[in-house]
Parts: sequence; structure tokens; C-alpha cells
Amino acid sequence: MVVLVIVLSLVSQPFLTPRNISNIVSQTAVIAIVAMGQHLVILTRGIDLSVGANLALATVMGALTYKATGSAPLTILAMLASGTFVGAINGFAFVYGRLPHPFVITLATLSIAKGTALELAGGKAIQGMPEAVKFIGGDAIFGVPASFFVVLGVTMLIVVMAKTMVWGRWIYAVGGKPEAAVRMGIPVNWVLISTYMIAGLCAGIGAMLLAGRTDAGSPLFGNLLELDTIAAVIIGGASFLGGRGHVGHALIGAVMIGVIRNALNLLNVDIFFQLIAIGVVILLAVEADVLRNYLEGRVRVARAARLQ
Amino acid sequence: MTSVNTNEIVLQVRNATKRFGPVLALSDISLEARRGEVLALLGDNGAGKSTLIKCVSGVHQFDEGDILIDGVASPIRSPGDARNAGIETVYQDLALFDNLTPSQNFYAGRELSSPKWLPLGLRFLKSRQMDATTSEVLDRLKVILPKQDATVALMSGGQRQAVAVARASVFARKVVILDEPTAALGLRESRKVLDLIARLRDEGNAVILITHNMEHVTELASRAVVLRQGRKVGELVPTKTNQQDLVSMIVGA
Repeated sequence: MVVLVIVLSLVSQPFLTPRNISNIVSQTAVIAIVAMGQHLVILTRGIDLSVGANLALATVMGALTYKATGSAPLTILAMLASGTFVGAINGFAFVYGRLPHPFVITLATLSIAKGTALELAGGKAIQGMPEAVKFIGGDAIFGVPASFFVVLGVTMLIVVMAKTMVWGRWIYAVGGKPEAAVRMGIPVNWVLISTYMIAGLCAGIGAMLLAGRTDAGSPLFGNLLELDTIAAVIIGGASFLGGRGHVGHALIGAVMIGVIRNALNLLNVDIFFQLIAIGVVILLAVEADVLRNYLEGRVRVARAARLQ
Repeated sequence: MTSVNTNEIVLQVRNATKRFGPVLALSDISLEARRGEVLALLGDNGAGKSTLIKCVSGVHQFDEGDILIDGVASPIRSPGDARNAGIETVYQDLALFDNLTPSQNFYAGRELSSPKWLPLGLRFLKSRQMDATTSEVLDRLKVILPKQDATVALMSGGQRQAVAVARASVFARKVVILDEPTAALGLRESRKVLDLIARLRDEGNAVILITHNMEHVTELASRAVVLRQGRKVGELVPTKTNQQDLVSMIVGA
């Protein structure tokens, strides 16, 4: 990461200017927050494909609420509640529908949320967001984008919950071995449902930032956000098999994606090539995970042999 | 005389029956486990041993029949119920979390946490206290691990087994059930686990041991119950001389 930044600042003059950095921050903020929710889900061996559509629906709900009431608190509440609600549908349907894998249900809610957002918004963006939301999404405090503080707050909250609270331990346990978690008396169903709800809430917070930055709610927001967030989580070093990875690393993964995109933009690299570059980085990250598992296996054999 | 005996009985299963659809997995089984005694549960594959212990440890429930703990009928509807009743189980697959450390495994599902006024999930973990107790227990049971704060994934089969048995020993207050604890182990590692089992027994637990190894049965068990095709076909005191009887009971010859 550090190497990447140094190389980029040498190659591209404007890369390290304050303006560009705050640009990266506000562009990355949405991916970062949603990616942390995604990471919690992936820690439990799941996946949430609906986050992008969920975010789009939340911005539309927010825009409609603002139009109807003109109230900033209600608009924010509408976005957060909409996100959490879709997450709750994911969680409940996955657990009580006894689905084999959350892929299917979150694919379904992706489609449903996207369709609902398009229907409600009539297929186009709705202009207008309250000042408070515009401030959070687009303004700066002493030169630092306000969204940076939102990311910081969400990160700290999630890291504290995942690392120091019982709930966090349960998430790692459920991801490590679901059957064992049941037998150890961990309330697995509730752990899963709450995880999907928090992932949905993160999409709602992301919706708030994006709607604030663009002063609009649009059903077309969040396109492919699910893939960006999954990429961020994987680049951050989490394992797709669940139970591994520090939640903060999703943040690093998101920033890396943001930095690479931004740098390629500054260097006038073709947008199509950017997709290829991100894909290569994902592949490298996954291979690194495979390599780590292999090395761990070797260490285990070596250690066991030494104790004999 | 009889009153003393019933006092010693910690766990009693009475007339238990379990069906899986049309399959009768357990039929009218009764058995009792006594304090400070190892009860061997024997039977060929598919005889119903695992089903029986899964019902006692709360993973399944009996369709008919009672579980009595210290003479009191105690319905066990979940693994949590069983643990609260003082019954600990070491499963055949160990039910260890590879991605967690021994201490995190020990306390999985019953983490020490505070403050009490928060809902359980939002309480803060008392990691230091849990780590301290865990290393104390591992030392007392003479379990040697490469690193106590490394994840279980990095340990050998015997070390993992030892962690699972040690976990049961911390929390067991009445009954410890072990499902083929030595099945995947070499001689030396088996020896260590058998010593652990003996220690659990000496600490006053009723131990229920499922195994296919007759040597282990005669060495440790005070009584043996034999299941065949879901029925109890015999109960006797295993000795070196009646090993053959046990084997023929198991295979039904």
C-alpha cells in the first residue's frame, strides 16, 4: 500500500496534492463503508450481492422522503431504515428459508431492490437533498472531507464490535465452523440475521454519503458496488471461506481500489483498462490467500513434528 | 444401600426412543451414568451410539423417554440446556473452531463478558481472564501446545483432541461425553487422551465413553452398555476375560 502510494506520487505530479487526496477520500468513502458491511457478511461465510441495489433504493427512498416532508432527519432515517430493512429481508429469508447459501437470496433482493428503486423514481434521478446530507456527503471540515469522519466513525464502531464484543467473537465462530457454533450454543440464526442487517445499514450510510455528494437520489447509483466491495474485502486479505481477516483491512482494500482508479485516471489510462487492472489485483490478492493457507499447513506440520 | 446408589447416579436415561422418519434409531433405551465412573457405550457403526449422545447433549431430542439429572427429570432441548445442566460433550469432529485460539475455543458460546446490563451480544469480552484460565487448565492437564495464542488450525490431531477434551473438563460439572476420542490418534497421543479421561473421572464426573477399542474399555470403564440396531442388548462389567462376550454382543453373533 505504502509502496503503491510512493510509486504513484512519483509517476503522477498531481497525485499527492491535498485536493486530489480529498477527492480520493470522498470517492472511496462509499465503497469503504459498504465494504466493511460486506466483510462482516463474508466473515460468516456468506456474501451480500444486494448492497449496490440496496444503496440505490435507499437514495431514492431518501429523495422521496425529502420531497414529501422537507425534513432532514426523516430523510436520513429513511435511507438508513431502507438499507437495514433490505438487510433484514436477506437475513430472515436466508435463515428461516433454510437456504443453502446467501448467494440466491441476495441476488433476488438485488433484483427486487433495483426494480423497486426504478419503479419509485420513474427510472431517473430525483434531484434535491437536505443541507445536512449535502454537508456530510460533499463538504469539508478544515479541508478534510466530512465523509472521512463518517468512515472513521463507522470503522471504529465496527472494529470495536468485531474485536472486543461477544457478538464479534460469535461472527468469527460462525464463519469458522457453523455446525460447531450451533453445538456450542451460539445463537447462530441471530448472529446471521444481525450481520445482514448491519451490512444493509452500511449500504444505507453509503447511500447517505453518495446522495449528499450528488444532491440526488437515483436508482442507477451503486451499479456493480457489490463487486467493488467484494473486491475490497478480498484485496484486504479476508478469506472467502469465512472466519478470517481483520475488519479494518476491508478499509485498506477499498482505499487501494480508490487509489488505483484515481491514479489511472490521472495518468489518462483508458477506463476499460482500469477494469482489467482491478481484476488483476483481485486475482493477486486471492492467490496470496491461497499461498498463505499453504504456508500455514507447512508450519503446522513442522511444529507438530518438533513437539514429538 | 439403594439410596446411596441412586445418589451416585448423575445421569439417567429412561425408555428413550428416537425416530428419523420411518427409521427407528433408538428403541426403549435406558441407562445410567454414575459419579466418578466411566461408562463405555459400545456398538457397531449405525447401532445408535451417536444418536443417543446427541440427544443427551441437546443436538437432537428424544421422541419418547426422559432424561433425569440427579434424579430430577430435566428436558434437554438445546445444546445450551445440556451445558447448563453440567453436561459437556467432546464430539467426534471435535467441534473446534480452526480460526480461533484455544482460549477462544474454550469459551465459545459462553464468553466471559461485562457489563451485565448490556444485551449479551454487545458485552465486552474479558479476554485476559479467559486466556489466564485457559492456560491454567492446559497446564494442569499437562497439555503442551506450540503456542497458546496461535489458532487451533496450526495444531496436530492430538493437540486438537487435547484442547477439545480440556475444554470439556473446564465446564463439566456432572457428565462428560466423549465420542471416539482416540479414533484418529496415534499410540502416544491416544495415551495422553486416556490419561485426560481418567483425570476427568477422578475429578468426580460421570464419563460416557464411546469407542471401538476394547483395550481402552477394559482399562477405563467400570461398566459397558452395548447397543445393536438401536436396542440395548447388554450391560456388563468389562474385564480382560469377557472381552470376547462384549465383541459378540456388539456384532450380534
